[in-house]
Amino acid sequence: MPHDHDDANGVTRRHALECMLWAGTGVLWTVAGGIPVSRAFLGTAQAAETTGYSFLQISDSHVGFNKPANPHAMDTLNEAIGKVKAMATKPAFMLHTGDITHLSKAEEFDNAAQAIGAAGLDVHYVPGEHDLVDEGQGKAYLERYGKNTRGAGYYSFDQSGVHFIGLVNVVGLKAGGMGSLGAEQLAWLADDLKGLTDSTPVVVFAHIPLWALYPQWGWGTDDSEQALGLLKRFGSVTVLNGHIHQLMQKVEGNVTFHTARSTAFPQPEPGKAPSPGPMLVPAEKLRGLLGVRSVVYAPGTATLAVTDSTLADV
Amino acid sequence: MIGRRFVLGLALILAAAGQGCAAEASVVTVKIENFTFYPAELTVKPGTTITFENADDIPHSVIDKAGAFHSKPLDTGDSFKMTVTDAGEITYFCGFHPHMVGRIIVKQ
Repeated sequence: MPHDHDDANGVTRRHALECMLWAGTGVLWTVAGGIPVSRAFLGTAQAAETTGYSFLQISDSHVGFNKPANPHAMDTLNEAIGKVKAMATKPAFMLHTGDITHLSKAEEFDNAAQAIGAAGLDVHYVPGEHDLVDEGQGKAYLERYGKNTRGAGYYSFDQSGVHFIGLVNVVGLKAGGMGSLGAEQLAWLADDLKGLTDSTPVVVFAHIPLWALYPQWGWGTDDSEQALGLLKRFGSVTVLNGHIHQLMQKVEGNVTFHTARSTAFPQPEPGKAPSPGPMLVPAEKLRGLLGVRSVVYAPGTATLAVTDSTLADV
Repeated sequence: MIGRRFVLGLALILAAAGQGCAAEASVVTVKIENFTFYPAELTVKPGTTITFENADDIPHSVIDKAGAFHSKPLDTGDSFKMTVTDAGEITYFCGFHPHMVGRIIVKQ
């Protein structure tokens, strides 16, 4: 972190840098939360050149779903992966924020893995509530995706300077409650974050939204505030969720929350329907409501650039 | 003597018949629709069989808060049956969507 030292004529180093930069590239840098924040737009191509990278988020593929809202959930998943394969810049990897399957059946897990595997990318999963209803109540998911995870499948990993944390908030659910992280996972999270500097960009991904988006429909996590308290000191936190099958965004200090579209079926906006079930739309509108997300990390920027695209986009 | 046995026998037959009648009347349905259990609160006698039927386009399940029962996932049209035996109060919820809660009051 640069320190401001006065030189001989009282001009600080920072001021001198600012002047030089304004005269040059027109990019003004300030420091917030321990990391430099660019006040000018850093284009995607330029970001990639400065050793940034992109990754994808897909969510709520619900393989096995076949009701009127989308009788062909496998087809739309395949289309989504087709779009991923066609991307000009190959993403570094993919995150799946859960509800991979619809009923945790073996053939659903198999079909999902085959379809998603066609993208040719590493995929980091977290389960949704639909992935943990096998007879072993989560064993099927862990058999496939539990390697190097704890509890019901939480873990963290680092990728080129960004710390990724996959949380599970669909276990230990209580009558009348919403999503839940639980004491054990929160203790692990505190420990996991301990060694990181405030300037390390953090990406948290979990199935159910980690803020009280719409409690009447269970769209929130009962103990997310404790997790967010642990994340408060970081200059860049991006929270990626699924579960609600539509885009919602929230900014709280240095934390940006994004919920993602499903690749299977849309759900109604909060309060706009009697319940949050699958939303039937005219066939020609369906693909405009399903999609994938691309996230770009550019070193030196606090906010990761999120681009959502639908299956209807060319 | 014969009279007493006859009366006893008749009493047993009537009791059995009474039991049979009670069993036929004691099958109740809870409908699951729009992410809601209908009726949300049910009062039944011990020995009643309750059938939960899912009419939603999304799976639900029925889980006892006290841990006594835990249905499989119920897809559209699936049902789960359980028979209540002891008097008391049962709170249950959906394992997929725990904000969905229902109550069963079991009393004579």
